Amino acid sequence: MSKKPGLDRRHFLLGGVAAGVTGAAAAAAAVHDGELGAPPQTFRGSVPWQEGTADAPPEASGSGYLFFTPEEAAFIEAAVARLIPNDEVGPGAVEANVPFFLDRQLAGPFGRGDHYYLGGPWPKGTPEQGYQSRYSPAQLYRAAVVAIDTYVRANLGAAAFAKLAVADQDKALKGLESGTITLEGGVDSKSFFAMLLQNTKEGYFSDPIYGGNKDMAAWKMIGFPGAHYDYKEWVSRHGERVPYPPVGFKGRPGWRKA
Amino acid sequence: MTTTLKPVDAVLVGFGWTGAIMGQQLCDAGLEVVALERGPWRDTATDFATGFAQDELRYMWRHHLFQNVSDDTLTIRNNVNQEALPMRHLGSFLLGTGVGSGGVHWNGQIWRFLPTDFLTKSHNQQRYGKKAVSDYDLTVQDWGITYDELEPFYDQFDKVCGTSGKAGNLRGKIQSGGNPFEGPRSNEYPTPPMLQTYGPTLFGKAAAELGRHPFPHPTGNLSEAYVNPLGAQLGACTYCGFCEKFGCGNYSKASPQTTILPYLMRKSNFTLKTECEVLRVELTPDRKRATGVTYVNSAGEEFFQPAEMVILSAYILQNVRLLLLSGIGKPYDPKTGEGVVGKNYAYQTMSSVNVFFEDKIINPFIGAGALATVIDDFNGDNFDHAGLGFIGGAYIAGMVTGGRPIEMIYTPQGTPAWGLEWKHAAAKNYLRSFSLSIHGSCMSARGNYLDLDPTYRDIHGRPMLRMTFDFTGNDHKMSDYLTDRAAEVARAMNPREIKLNRRTGPWSVVPYQTTHNTGGAIMGDNPRNSVVNRYLQTWDVPNVFSMGAGAFPQNAGYNPTATLAALAYMSADAIKSQYLKAPGPLVRG
Repeated sequence: MSKKPGLDRRHFLLGGVAAGVTGAAAAAAAVHDGELGAPPQTFRGSVPWQEGTADAPPEASGSGYLFFTPEEAAFIEAAVARLIPNDEVGPGAVEANVPFFLDRQLAGPFGRGDHYYLGGPWPKGTPEQGYQSRYSPAQLYRAAVVAIDTYVRANLGAAAFAKLAVADQDKALKGLESGTITLEGGVDSKSFFAMLLQNTKEGYFSDPIYGGNKDMAAWKMIGFPGAHYDYKEWVSRHGERVPYPPVGFKGRPGWRKA
Repeated sequence: MTTTLKPVDAVLVGFGWTGAIMGQQLCDAGLEVVALERGPWRDTATDFATGFAQDELRYMWRHHLFQNVSDDTLTIRNNVNQEALPMRHLGSFLLGTGVGSGGVHWNGQIWRFLPTDFLTKSHNQQRYGKKAVSDYDLTVQDWGITYDELEPFYDQFDKVCGTSGKAGNLRGKIQSGGNPFEGPRSNEYPTPPMLQTYGPTLFGKAAAELGRHPFPHPTGNLSEAYVNPLGAQLGACTYCGFCEKFGCGNYSKASPQTTILPYLMRKSNFTLKTECEVLRVELTPDRKRATGVTYVNSAGEEFFQPAEMVILSAYILQNVRLLLLSGIGKPYDPKTGEGVVGKNYAYQTMSSVNVFFEDKIINPFIGAGALATVIDDFNGDNFDHAGLGFIGGAYIAGMVTGGRPIEMIYTPQGTPAWGLEWKHAAAKNYLRSFSLSIHGSCMSARGNYLDLDPTYRDIHGRPMLRMTFDFTGNDHKMSDYLTDRAAEVARAMNPREIKLNRRTGPWSVVPYQTTHNTGGAIMGDNPRNSVVNRYLQTWDVPNVFSMGAGAFPQNAGYNPTATLAALAYMSADAIKSQYLKAPGPLVRG
C-alpha cells in the first residue's frame, strides 16, 4: 500500500497496474492463511481495503489419497473406525470421510507443522510441557504407523494393526492412549494417540469443505445447525428445538445439485 | 546494514488494544506516531467475513488468527528445578498476532477489578493477618493506584466499546439487576445487557434461590447498534456462537478494528507498518533514555526508528522480553527476591462444572463470547475468608459462548474419550448440557517469574522468554472452594447429573485455559518493588512506557482487558497533561 491508496485504487480500476493487483491479492492470501513471511506494508491516511482479497477457506479437493501410502491408509481406516464406530445413532469416522480429511490435512500446511516450533534441542519433557518432538505432524504419523505395525507384529501376532480383530485393535489403542505401549522410532505413543484422536474429531465435526463430516451427518447426529449466522429470534425461545437442518459454507443438499 | 529513519514523536511496539488506544490518544494530541506490528493487517470484510467466519477448524484448531510459534515461541517449566522446554504448539493460552491481535479473537468480557483488588496486600493483611499474604511464598503487592482513580478510564473504555450490561453500583447507590459487589460506576453501561439464553437463565434462577446475586455478564458483544465517541459503528450481536477464538464478521464485538481503527487509520499523523518486528529498544550510553527502536521486517531489512517516546504495546510476554533484551530495569532473581523485571508473573485459575439435563434443550450453539449470567458473591474479598486458608476468589458464570462441536461437547463423568460409548454420549448430551465457568484469581508467588532462556533462541537469534510457573496452594484452595460453590448452583438447577472439572495438578501448557497472562512488568509505588509507576512509565528509562497486563502485580478473578485498557487511558492522560510539557519522570522514585 502506498501513501495515497485512494489514487492507487483508481489506477487499479482503470487497469493501469493490473498486474500489480494480481500480485497484491496473491500476497494477501498468503498472509491471511496464518503463514509467516508476507511482505511488509506501510499504511497512512486511510483504512486499507482491497476488493477481491477475501480470505476464503482452503477447500480440500480431488479424490484418493495424496499423503497416505497403502499401509498407512489401512492403519488409518482401521484406527479411526474404532475411535468413532458406525451404528444407527450416527456415522462412523470412516463413513464421515475422516481418512480423506486426514490425508488432505497431512498433505498440507498442518502436516508440515507450519504452526509448530520444531527447533532443537529436543530433550524429553514433562507431560505438562506438552508436545516435545522434532517431528512435524506428517512425520509423526509416518513414523507412528510403522512403529505401531512393528509392535503389533512383535507382540500381538498379526501382520499389521489393520489385521487385528476389533477387540484387539481397541486394546492396542488403549495401550497407546495410556502410554503402556512404548514404540520404536522416537514416537511417543501418548502424543501420537492424542493427535490422532483430536484430528479424527476435527475431521468428523469440521465444515465439509475440508473433506470430512460427509453430508454433515455428524452435525445432524448431535443437533448442531452448522455455520448459521443469526440466532436472534431464537435467543428467548428457551427449551425449543431449533428446526434448521445443518448448513455448511457451501450450503446444504437441496440448495444446489450435488 | 541498518537504515535510520526519520525521527518521530512516539513509536508503538505492537498494535492490539493498547497500541490502538495509545495511537489514538497521542495522535489526537498532535504527535507524529508510528506503530510497528509484527503480524499482518486484518479487517473484518477481508479476514473474517460472515460468509466464512464460523469455521471451527481453521480459526480455533489451525490457529489462523493466533501467533504462529514456528519461528518464535517461549520456553516453559513449572519450577526452577526443571529444564524449560519450548511451547511447541499453542494450548493453555492463545497468543494473538497481527493488527488488533488478541483484541480480534477475545470473548469481549469486560470487567472492572474490585476496589480491594488494587490493595491485595494491605487490605488482606489488615483483615486476615500477615500470614494470609505471605503463606505459600506469596509476593502480592498493592498496585499503587486506587479503583476510584482508575474509574474514569474504565468509563472511557466502556464508551469506546459500547459495553452492554447493567450497573450494580451507580455512584454508590446499589442498583437491582446489576452486580451489587462492584465498585461505584460514574455511569450506566452504554447499552443494555444481552438477552440470556436458556442455560444462563436456569443458572440465574438457581443462584437467586440460593441467595446469591446473579446479573448479566458485562460484554463487548453488543446487545444493540451503537456509535462510539470516535464515530465507529457497531451492530447488534446475532448470537452466532463463533466469538472467542474467532473474529466477528458482524461488527458486533468490540475490537480495535470495530472501535478505534476506522478513526485512527485516517489520521494524517499516524503510520502503521506491518510485518515489522522490534528487536530491542535502543538506549543512550548512560541507559537513562531511549533513542528509539531497532526493527526488522519480513523482507529481512533492518531499520532504526528514532523516537522521543517508546510505548511497549505488545502482549505482556513480548513487552517483558523486550525490557529484558534491552536492559531496561533490573531482572528479577527468585533466589534473592531482588530485581523487578519478570517478577510476579501470574495467570488465571480456571475450573468448571458441566451440567447435564435429561429433557431440557439448551441449544448451546446460540451463544456469544460473554453471554452469561454471573454471580460475584465469592470473588476478591466479597466474602469472609476467615479460616479458609486462601485469599482471592472467582466469578462463577453460567455461560454459553457457543456449541462448537470439536471443542465443546460435554460428556458425563466416566465417559471414555472415544468409541461408541463416547459417540452415544455426545449425541445424547450435546443439546442438553452446558458449563459453569469458575474464573479465579491467581496470586503472585516468589517462584513464578519470567526471564530469558539460556538455550533456545528465536529466528532473529534472540533468547526466547522463559516462563516458570505453577499454581500455588493458595490458588488450589481457592479454586476448590469456588468449584464447590459452583456445584451448589449446578445442583440447584435439578439436572440429571453434573461433572466437576477441578483445577488439579501442576499447570500444564496443553489444555486451553485462558490467555490471561499477567505480571512481569508490574506497577507499584516505588522502583524497588516495580518496573513501572502508576502511569506505566518505566522507573529506569522515563521515555519508555510499558502497557498491558504485565503491569498487574497479581491477577484478580476477572478478565484483564478492561483493566489494562483503563491503565492505558490513564497513562495517555498523564502523558498528554504532564509528560509532554516536561518530559521526565512523572513520579519521583
